[in-house]
Amino acid sequence: MFACIFVPNFPVAAVFRAEPELRAQAVAVFEGKPPLEKVFAVNESAGRVGIAPGMTKAQAELCSELTLHPRSRLQEASAHAALLDCAQSFSPRVEDAALDTALVDLAGMESLFGSLPEIAHAMSQRIAGLGLEANVAVASNPDAAALAGRGFSGVTVIPQGKEGESLGSLPVEVLFAGWIEGEREGKKKEDERRKNSERLLATLERWGIRTLHSLAALPEVALSERLGQEGLRLRQLARGAAFRTLVPVETPAVFEEGVELEHPIVLLEPLAFLLNRLLEQICARLASRALNTQELRLTLELESLSSRNQEAQISNQQFCRTLRLPLPMLDPKLFLKLLQLDLSAHPPGAPILKIHLTAEAARPRSAQGGLFLPPSPEPEKLELTLARIASLVGESRVGSLELLDTYRAEGFRMKRFVPGTYSDGTVSETVRQKAAAEEKSAVTALRMFRPPLRATVTLENGEPARVLCSKKKEVQGAVLWKAGPWRSSGDWWEREAWSRDEWDIALQTADGAGLFRLMHDLLGGSWFVEGSYD
Amino acid sequence: MSSAVLSTSAARGRPFVFDDEEVAEVCPQPSGAEVAEARPPQRAVFSAGAYAKTYKDARLAGVTPASRLAARPAPEMVSSGIVAMDALTGGLPRGCLTEICGPASSGRTTLLLAALAAVTRRGECCAVVDASDALDPQSAAAAGVELSRLLWVRCGENSPEKSLEQLLRATDLLLESGGFGMIALDLGDLPPQAARRIPLTTWFRYRHAVEHTSTVLLAIERQSIAGSCSSLLIKLGSRGNRIKESADSRLLKPTHAQLLTELEITAELVRSRQERKPVRSAEITFACKTAWAG
Repeated sequence: MFACIFVPNFPVAAVFRAEPELRAQAVAVFEGKPPLEKVFAVNESAGRVGIAPGMTKAQAELCSELTLHPRSRLQEASAHAALLDCAQSFSPRVEDAALDTALVDLAGMESLFGSLPEIAHAMSQRIAGLGLEANVAVASNPDAAALAGRGFSGVTVIPQGKEGESLGSLPVEVLFAGWIEGEREGKKKEDERRKNSERLLATLERWGIRTLHSLAALPEVALSERLGQEGLRLRQLARGAAFRTLVPVETPAVFEEGVELEHPIVLLEPLAFLLNRLLEQICARLASRALNTQELRLTLELESLSSRNQEAQISNQQFCRTLRLPLPMLDPKLFLKLLQLDLSAHPPGAPILKIHLTAEAARPRSAQGGLFLPPSPEPEKLELTLARIASLVGESRVGSLELLDTYRAEGFRMKRFVPGTYSDGTVSETVRQKAAAEEKSAVTALRMFRPPLRATVTLENGEPARVLCSKKKEVQGAVLWKAGPWRSSGDWWEREAWSRDEWDIALQTADGAGLFRLMHDLLGGSWFVEGSYD
Repeated sequence: MSSAVLSTSAARGRPFVFDDEEVAEVCPQPSGAEVAEARPPQRAVFSAGAYAKTYKDARLAGVTPASRLAARPAPEMVSSGIVAMDALTGGLPRGCLTEICGPASSGRTTLLLAALAAVTRRGECCAVVDASDALDPQSAAAAGVELSRLLWVRCGENSPEKSLEQLLRATDLLLESGGFGMIALDLGDLPPQAARRIPLTTWFRYRHAVEHTSTVLLAIERQSIAGSCSSLLIKLGSRGNRIKESADSRLLKPTHAQLLTELEITAELVRSRQERKPVRSAEITFACKTAWAG
């Protein structure tokens, strides 16, 4: 058995998916170059007020209740991808029949999803969850399912052997329903196909054939003599007896959503509303395919300042931000907050014309928290917390540490904080070994002064005898005790060569003796207090 | 006389569950200590208040509210990473604020790193909110801290006021995030007058946020500033750190080199919420070796 998911009035449905608040209004989608724009598709409300496809934009504008929306190939492509995602969430064998139609092979699916009506209803619900209203039809062959999908609204299940009966009441126009192929076929081929359809339809009209039942009843030989092979094909379709093999497609796991704006956005707040919508759509699509994402790429097309000032040719520039997550996640609210924080730290700097969001699909993480594992922060919460802290203190000033293989002072770098237990769901082996080992005695710690404090040092016999540090009043006075010098050098083969002597010194402070590390830069000749032992 | 035992489901909005037989054994006119052992205090408070109000049953009249219990439930204590310190304080309490104060070079950072090392050894994550960007990664690694489990928030790029503001906000966010075994606030280099600008209400908020969690909230500072919000207050001594040099320094070449091998730290337990008042101040002295002393 085969199922057809058909989205009626696809250009309008794509607009409604992107802007759900328009559903209650009369909407007409127009296309073409100004001033020759024509209405391309209308919704039911617009049809009731007298707007029809083919009217000029100027004519349509006379209707005050009407909302005019330009046709967006980007939105249609996203809606089509959502349609295929929905189909592929049920079966791997999916035919991409048209922009508005997806055919699904249901062989063997009953054991997974239940009976055929249950599958059809589940499909209808899932496509509605993705923001599209679609007809779902189930029949024994792909063409019968496609005809039923285009002809009957809602969910239709045609039992095997009753295709002719069920399809009989449909008008013959269903056979030539405008399959919106978009840019898939060339314009010339599309026009040729349309003309051929119109010619056949006119012939059938002249013969008084208005339903599929009448067409199916025509004698085969006589029809062949008059309309040729095309006539026989139409008769087979009308009888629901046209058998063909499904041509499955393998859709790449690319999840893209975009929106083109009529008026440029300047503020981040309205941008957040649009991003929220795009993120919800992407997350719904990912969820339908049981996937998460680990990387989000936001591309904003900006209006260049020069083009605005001079009103010359618009030369748009792109602004890209990439959000990399430590783990696969699927939370549109979290993504929105992270994007907001990122954009407030790195504002686009120019009005936004177009928003494009891409998610790299990733398998959901399989590890779950164990009862006996030590507590660790929730990845989603932690990511948001880190982003908020980064916006407070700076991106490079929050994270975990990684020591570098060098003896140079400050030989470390900051990296992204990802607690070890996330990676495999268990405590790492090194931690276990350390836990098993007995606790060591305390190790004296050094507190760093960043940057090191420049000091004036009085030497006696080549050893520091008195230290004066103007920036920190505590660090001054006679040296009570000293150890050193400890000489080290490195990177002499590079431009940033270093050579230093270190002294551990004790100075009298107000609270007692203070222990400090004194450093003599042998290349520069300056003395610095690098830190205090604490 | 029997009374009702209320299940924890009451707190979740489900109907109360009563079990007369069980109650007769658990709380026949209980004394405070017995009740504390028999059931969690929150439950006792809820039982008495909610049930007596709803059903006007006099059977619960004898239940002591948690606020008046003689013995309160003790927080879980975790190792501070130094055996002598654990012997003095019993460890660091989870879900409480611990203050470690003392002057410069009194061993505060040593104690902090030892505690962080103990936390990461247990496989937990920890965070250091550093007001003056003073953490030395080499010292942390030498102390045994697993650096991949340590989140370091480096405040203090700008003015002390700005860094204090960043520290407070970052701590709020980390406490809200939850899941950390320890969150340490390093105020060690802030002048006392700057640290005292932190309002007491902030400490109360932190104490409230960390309560009922498994996080140890630790603050190191020059002087105690959290007042009664801290459950444990340790004062590190400034009695004069005794510097130990290597005994065989004469054998080292070049012969002029001396070696700082060990410091002696004096710690005094000033306040512990686990101990009843009056405070029984106790003092210990322990040694901490330098990383190169072996």
